[in-house]
Amino acid sequence: MIHPHDSVIVRTLGRIVIPVAQLFGFYVLVFGQYGPGGGFVGGVILAASMILAILVFGLDAPDSRIASMVLHGDGLGLLIFAFVGGMCLIGGGQFLNYTYLEIPGLDSASRHYVGILLTQVGVAVDVAVTGVSIAVSLSTDDNGVTGKEVLDG
Amino acid sequence: MTFELPLLILLVMTAAGALLVKDLISAVFILGSYSFTLALVWALLGAVDVAFVEAVVGAGLATVFFLLTLFRASVKDTQIRRSPVPLVAVVGLPLLAILLLYGAGDLPAFGDPASPASTHIAPTYIDNSVSQTRTPNVVTAVLMDYRALDTLVETIVIFTAGIACALILRNNDK
Repeated sequence: MIHPHDSVIVRTLGRIVIPVAQLFGFYVLVFGQYGPGGGFVGGVILAASMILAILVFGLDAPDSRIASMVLHGDGLGLLIFAFVGGMCLIGGGQFLNYTYLEIPGLDSASRHYVGILLTQVGVAVDVAVTGVSIAVSLSTDDNGVTGKEVLDG
Repeated sequence: MTFELPLLILLVMTAAGALLVKDLISAVFILGSYSFTLALVWALLGAVDVAFVEAVVGAGLATVFFLLTLFRASVKDTQIRRSPVPLVAVVGLPLLAILLLYGAGDLPAFGDPASPASTHIAPTYIDNSVSQTRTPNVVTAVLMDYRALDTLVETIVIFTAGIACALILRNNDK
């Protein structure tokens, strides 16, 4: 289990840095169609900010409640991605062919735009949840048992 | 293009340092600086998306995962005892390097518009990305639209990695 950090400098800086990092993650996610970035990088930045919250405040603290809530979303991003693909199937086209996304009032190119944005959100959710999940898995250490002793039995 | 040589020297130095240093925690940090130098190289070559991923994953998230793993291990496991390098590596690896450098002489020049990689399907993506998907960043259009199925399977790989880590590492007794 990760215990909250004692230093007041670390906690204060954490309060300042974490929201900025999360905002930057969202920016990278939605800006991915116009510049470098996209779902994967945005998701990793969001994961890094939440891991930072866990490391600074501890997993059970109210300040990192988003990070512990996120852990319940395992597989949600994958579902979003596959759901967009499935909607193309329902619309009468091929899997992940965004031309057949049934969105009224949009031409083919705009449907592709929406499809790319939705799948990017899916990738970002998947990467962010997996990043936090791996970090929590790596730091779960209930009985003071090290990883090597677990492997040795 | 005056940055190429210093970046190359820095890259080789950080890579060698990460291999040679005795303490694994120091090796992790040197590996992070190696990733950041590599990201600068990608940015210099114009591959900004790759540079972004390298900086965020290689220098950021991977470093955190390595450190969390090392904090789980006991102190004596973070020090490495090196055995002498086997003779086959001393002789074989320079030979392999010479072979690869010899082969690299026949590669097309950097940015050559007549190279096979630039003439096959890439022009189609570059020409049609904006009109077909309204996405100016061609890399995103290729990843998320033209090659979306590949990206879906990559997402499944990431999901599987998270599930496998949770299954192996988390204590399920409570």
